[in-house]
Amino acid sequence: MANGTLVFIEQRDGHIKKASLETLCQAKKLNNAGPVSAVIIGEKAKELAAQVSKYAPEKIYVLEGGEYSNYSTEAYTDALEKAIRTADPKFVFAAHTAMAKDLIPRIAARFDAACISDVMEFQAENGCLNPVRPMYSGKCYGMYDIKSAIGFITIRPNVFAVDAAQEGHQAPVEELKAEAKTPRAKVTEIHKSEGQKLELGEASIIVSGGRGIKGPENWNVLQELCDAMGGALGASRAVVDAGWIDHQFQVGQTGKTVSPQLYIACGISGAIQHLAGMSSSKIIVAINKDKDAPIFKYANYGVVGDMFEILPKVTAEVKKMKEGQ
Amino acid sequence: MKIAVCVKAVPDTEANIKVAGDQSNIDLNGIKFVTSPFDEFAIEEAIALKEKQGGETTVISLGGAECTDVLRDSLARGIDTAIHVNDPDLVNLDPLTAAKVLAKVIKEGGFDLVLCGQQGVGGDNSQLPSILAELLDMPQATLVVKLEIADGKFKAEREIEGAHEIVEGSLPVVISAQKGLNEPRYPSIKGVMAARKKTIDVKNLDALGLKGSVGQDTRRAVIKKMMMPPERAQGKMIEGDADTQAKTLISLLKTEARVL
Repeated sequence: MANGTLVFIEQRDGHIKKASLETLCQAKKLNNAGPVSAVIIGEKAKELAAQVSKYAPEKIYVLEGGEYSNYSTEAYTDALEKAIRTADPKFVFAAHTAMAKDLIPRIAARFDAACISDVMEFQAENGCLNPVRPMYSGKCYGMYDIKSAIGFITIRPNVFAVDAAQEGHQAPVEELKAEAKTPRAKVTEIHKSEGQKLELGEASIIVSGGRGIKGPENWNVLQELCDAMGGALGASRAVVDAGWIDHQFQVGQTGKTVSPQLYIACGISGAIQHLAGMSSSKIIVAINKDKDAPIFKYANYGVVGDMFEILPKVTAEVKKMKEGQ
Repeated sequence: MKIAVCVKAVPDTEANIKVAGDQSNIDLNGIKFVTSPFDEFAIEEAIALKEKQGGETTVISLGGAECTDVLRDSLARGIDTAIHVNDPDLVNLDPLTAAKVLAKVIKEGGFDLVLCGQQGVGGDNSQLPSILAELLDMPQATLVVKLEIADGKFKAEREIEGAHEIVEGSLPVVISAQKGLNEPRYPSIKGVMAARKKTIDVKNLDALGLKGSVGQDTRRAVIKKMMMPPERAQGKMIEGDADTQAKTLISLLKTEARVL
């Protein structure tokens, strides 16, 4: 009888994603999720078990080997299938990342099961998890019912908290082996992107620019504030389409949907396309010359003025504050 | 090479979305349907590949009357043929159900390359390409921003967090297109005229041998209810000269909002 929740812990180059720990900690807080175990797949998965152990899962499954050194859809799907068949959970959780978008629907299809992606909330009652996720980039939300024996859920990064680590806690570790197969596709190279130091979806602070930045030569004004705050740079569709910045920076309906703690929109008027992608941010600051810009209706704090005059002063204030800490 | 492109008719991204009275769906009154923006990159890639290497291109869509204009738009851009699966059982589809139907059509067609948008705008599930690859027992590359096809092999560059990954493998394959893959062309007047004369192949679930095995009661993920997002509280406007505004803003973010 299927029971409990298995959390897929994502690692790249031996680094565990913070969003995976958020997912693990959130699963443990859901009464309806039952006992929570974890699975790590990687070239050196066993070494990583100690880090995951601190968040006290019931058990940690590891699948280790050279075939997992780079992400491979087929090898990871087979490995995760092995873990699921062993643990027999009622739910499988993962953080909603590029890897999960590729992997989790595929494994869910193998189990002919429901897959609910990008969940931001659980309204659990009467034995149902009732996951809630944004649709239309957050213009509305949907609450889902899972009709299959096992349900797969991916959770938006940055929405749920990581609990304090329980140093010294030791969860039992079980090593599993998936049947060896030759994948038909494999990763042959990885190129680190230049520019973005912090991934938009994982950043707790985002400073975004729109047409008001006037030209691609002015990103440094925003980048300096980003660096001072430890945030990530974002952009509106208008400036991406104008070729002022790469698409990976785009926030909005055809870019990334984000929910940081703090979103600072600079020179962004607030097209519905853009608002959809960021309106679930906890705190929104809008800086714009036009006092009638629609973005002000969504902002917790609005500043009407010239961003080129205001932003350097804000950056200076942040630096002063950080030095004082 | 035979190329299939899966496209979805979705509400225009500029549309104001409201939840319908019974909370089962959005209010479709006055909504204009368009080709899902990410599917435009898949369509363009198929046409560009055909222009370079020859082959046949087919566009496939599931749904009701809203699909017709979307399929005609693909034909007008230069896709050769269109298949429309239209059946009363196919409403409020979950991605798994949609993939089961598409997989059947694709198996019957014997395609070497299956192109999809990385996400259907609106549902925002980003699941269909991976599910389709599993059901078709094909390799996959999702979130692709660059694609090369030669000698029965593919090389795809995919966007991941802070990096691009190069995936190589053999055809047949399912590829999901991310923005940046190409610059979609607009249909030409000549293309629009030609598309009007083409016949869209309309099939129902009986014709596909799927009646009863997919649809309403077999769905694994069902929307219980849809809701509007919580209203955001009235914000504060920060007045004064630039110095005062900067100081006040940082102070409020620190002490009132507690996000710094």
